[in-house]
Amino acid sequence: MKLSVSQLDSFYGPAHILSDVALDVGAGEVVALLGRNGAGKSTTLRSIMGLVPQRTGRIVFEGRDISTLQTHEIARLGLGYVPEDRRIFTELTVEENLMVGRQPPRKGAPAWTRDKVFSLFPNLGEMRGRLGGRMSGGEQQMLTIGRTLMGNPSLLLLDEPSEGLAPKIVEEMAEVVLAMKREGLSVLLSEQNLHFARKISDRASIIEKGRIRFSGTMAELEANPGIRDAYLAV
Amino acid sequence: MTALLEVEGLTKSYGGVHAVRDVSFALETGKILALIGPNGAGKSTCFNMLNGQIRPDRGVIRIAGRNTTGLSPRAIWRLGVGRTFQITATFNSMTVRENMQVALLSHHRELFVPRGFAGRFHVGRADALLDLVGMGHQAERACGELAYGDLKRLELAVALANEPKLLLMDEPTAGMAPKERADLMNLTARIARERGLGVLFTEHDMDVVFAHADRIMVLNRGELIAQGVPQQVRNDARVKATYLGGAT
Amino acid sequence: MEFLAVQFLTGLASAASLFLVASGLSIIFGVTRIVNFAHGAFYMLGAYLAYTLTERLSGPLGFWGGLLTAALAIAAIGVIVEIMLLRRIYRAPELFQLLATFGLTLMVQDLVVMIWGPEDLVGPRAPGLKGAIEIFGQLVPRYDLFLIVLGPTVLGLLWLLFRRTRWGVLVRAATQDRDMVAALGVNQKWLFTSVFALGVFLAGLGGALQIPRDAVSHAMDLRIIVEAFVVVVIGGLGSVFGAFIAAVIVSELNAFGILILPKISLVLVFLVMAAILVFRPWGLFGRAEGQPRQTLGLTIRPWKPFTRTERIAAALAALVAALLPLVDGAYALTVAAEILVFTLFAASLGFLMTVGGLSSFGHAAYFGLGAYGAAFVAKSAGLPMEVALLVGPLLGLAGAVVFGWFCVRLSGVYFAMLTLAFAQITWSVAFQWVEGTGGDNGILGVWPSAWAANPERFYWLVLAITATGIAALRALAFSPFGYAMRAARDSDLRAEAIGIDRKRVQWTAFIVAGTFAGIAGALFAFLKGSVFPENLAIPLSIDGLVMVLLGGVETVSGAVAGAIVYKALAIWLVSQAEFSKLVLGGVIVTLVVAFPKGIVGFIEDMRARRPRAKAAAVAEAAE
Repeated sequence: MKLSVSQLDSFYGPAHILSDVALDVGAGEVVALLGRNGAGKSTTLRSIMGLVPQRTGRIVFEGRDISTLQTHEIARLGLGYVPEDRRIFTELTVEENLMVGRQPPRKGAPAWTRDKVFSLFPNLGEMRGRLGGRMSGGEQQMLTIGRTLMGNPSLLLLDEPSEGLAPKIVEEMAEVVLAMKREGLSVLLSEQNLHFARKISDRASIIEKGRIRFSGTMAELEANPGIRDAYLAV
Repeated sequence: MTALLEVEGLTKSYGGVHAVRDVSFALETGKILALIGPNGAGKSTCFNMLNGQIRPDRGVIRIAGRNTTGLSPRAIWRLGVGRTFQITATFNSMTVRENMQVALLSHHRELFVPRGFAGRFHVGRADALLDLVGMGHQAERACGELAYGDLKRLELAVALANEPKLLLMDEPTAGMAPKERADLMNLTARIARERGLGVLFTEHDMDVVFAHADRIMVLNRGELIAQGVPQQVRNDARVKATYLGGAT
Repeated sequence: MEFLAVQFLTGLASAASLFLVASGLSIIFGVTRIVNFAHGAFYMLGAYLAYTLTERLSGPLGFWGGLLTAALAIAAIGVIVEIMLLRRIYRAPELFQLLATFGLTLMVQDLVVMIWGPEDLVGPRAPGLKGAIEIFGQLVPRYDLFLIVLGPTVLGLLWLLFRRTRWGVLVRAATQDRDMVAALGVNQKWLFTSVFALGVFLAGLGGALQIPRDAVSHAMDLRIIVEAFVVVVIGGLGSVFGAFIAAVIVSELNAFGILILPKISLVLVFLVMAAILVFRPWGLFGRAEGQPRQTLGLTIRPWKPFTRTERIAAALAALVAALLPLVDGAYALTVAAEILVFTLFAASLGFLMTVGGLSSFGHAAYFGLGAYGAAFVAKSAGLPMEVALLVGPLLGLAGAVVFGWFCVRLSGVYFAMLTLAFAQITWSVAFQWVEGTGGDNGILGVWPSAWAANPERFYWLVLAITATGIAALRALAFSPFGYAMRAARDSDLRAEAIGIDRKRVQWTAFIVAGTFAGIAGALFAFLKGSVFPENLAIPLSIDGLVMVLLGGVETVSGAVAGAIVYKALAIWLVSQAEFSKLVLGGVIVTLVVAFPKGIVGFIEDMRARRPRAKAAAVAEAAE
């Protein structure tokens, strides 16, 4: 397994957000973490990244327990994190945003350069000097992914990539995820948009009230409308 | 008969770029109107001109026949306009009931009363509105620890505190599960019918829009490119090309 | 005309050091969000160290090397401070870090006197830059010309550093979003440390560069820190270019103010700052801050009015205090009365800060105005104490009406700085208007009426007024008006959307707080029998902040506990220890690290822990 999470518990102050969460992502796999807002999807990704102050449990990445490491150490091991609210550096240009993400190349992970990112997102290449704050939502979503790719991750944590985008851009986003998969990246994405997740994922887990309620292949989920309706209610 | 909300030629530009250009529409009492469009199309600018947060360059806004163009958010609220925010804005250090009480105190112009425990003011009315949106059982909880969907419902209750005629809701269901979305919009529609409210909302979720809106307006690059009943908008070639794509 | 041109050059030369210090302050704030009060202390240490080094070393290399070595040594000290102290408190409420750096400042003030003695020291002239050059028929020191060139040079170097290096890009990114930078694999700890080191290096260099121009003294830290704050605020927080322009403006105002308007030279800078902030609330080159970081920490625990038991306990505490004259003598009663006065002062500031979310850095102005008001009534008008106590505080109220109107237009650090500016203006008036206020000599002979003249009676009077005042402020916090204040504090957007006039609510709160501070001031005037400009000076404003923060900013009445602890400790230390500031500063730093939520916040946490564990168990069982 590329990434293996077990018995993960997380807290915000007195609030117990995640209990006993378990997840696996295999090499080269795209796994979707589905659930409604507030179910604990983002907290799961943030916990893996060490962005939640209080967490316990085992998080094993490429055979190494990272549950006590700090955020930047986790990132340097090859875990890339793309936050749901994009968090573009609005005062920095496109190129400078990419520069912040730059890390040395890593064995066993696709290597990215600025030009390679621009070939994946041709739009960005045409606005290298533009300030992050002057970009549309869709462009910012591309930039935040490109910025994380510059760190040459072997696994990408993608938090709600389709949120707030026009249906047309969402379709483009699906293509991007598939392109990254072809490069050999593993992806764990959180989504509420089942329609979108269905197109790109190999497997799915469903989270509700901080607990994993279902894990299986996409086909198993499709075959189990009871689960789908209970937690996703499409 | 004058409409509840009438907008004519609304225009706003930033640094020479038109954020919103010559937008006109009307909303009748009891109806639900959706404003959709891609990010950056000018939805928020348009919306914030209606609620007074942004002053338009040109154009007229009339609410119940009264010209409200350029009035402050406060003044517009006093005229009977309730609103909810895209990113919920609540008083996080206070309990759910206290959030309601502040709105009710403001409505009754009692905010500058320096005596007595505010916690004893308007308890009945606060709880009745909380029950209406299904938040009655959480009245004692601190707002800061509520789930997201519950915050959205609290916002709706707060927006009803001043007995509004018009509700402005900015992405009311963003970040909710599909079931919750439908519940919230059904509730909104029921309240609108029963109390004779007009509702204007922006939304990204096309399922919500097509299921709950009486009419839809589509904004692209600051201009209205279509408006009409859902079926009309769904089949509009321009809307398909610029916004909906092939997905729907 | 020539004379004016030369005066202009002198102003430019003064701007260099000020720019170095202010840009360091601005850079540190931009990234770490720490308002580094100790920046002045680092500046002063830089000057002292440079003095010692240049005395020991000789020749041009010794002099210039000495300056640079001093600045580097200061940077090294900064690194130690950042790692040992600041790293522990980055997540604490914003103002807590100010408190910690204030504690450091106190410690450095005593340390400097211990090491270098209380006398002013005059350093050597710069080799190669001695003497003067004739410009427009006037003599201009060569060293001044060097400084005039140095300022823009440093500005250019900083620009290159921030625009052309990856480190600079990372710093700018971290200025906006620290967590995101960490998630991209950047060790923000070292980024913060390096930023702090750079900022402190600039402060140390600014201090070292001053030694050929000015004597080195142990009061130079407060003087520069206030000016540097003004510069940073005028220029816009986080803007290095803004700091440069503002440093020039401030220095020129100082240079010409003394010539053209000597009467108001001390306030001129602050008047200009107030004017600029009213028109540009974020300074000349600053940007509107987005959603400000949650002003308070975790406010999950809603405030509740006192229960019956707690009310009885409070009444008992007041009763015990009232029995003090039975066991203690006159000196102890005078000390206790002083503590009480400051308790009321702190409670008024606490009301503004905790309920209203408005952190005033100049609350002493209203305390002092109340004191002067009482003194005017008692001395100039010759009216009795009873009248003075009633009318005096109205001067505090009037001050709050006028200044508050401007201040509530701003928020956050800018609000704090504008309150500071108004307090400084008030102080300058008290200091320079000798005919009215007696200037530095103050107003003496403000004595209580005969019936209250003995220490016991006066103590009871103070206790009665203080207890009533604190109770009134607490009741107000839970009244509808208190709710309006909390609403305006929690969400400006939502408050406006439900018809709350935020500015009007906050203005009213400002006036209430100012009036209660004025009452405390009026009592203080009669307690001491005199009023001096120091009663509305910046150190007293800072004392107030320390008391509130020590008590806990997330509590309704923490300020009361904070005031008692701080004031008692300060009075006791001054009577016991020779270097009381060193100990007091050390205690503050320790308390900040040990109790980041303040004393009362800590107690509430302890009390809440047990029931919460129980509630969690119940919730678990229910699922």
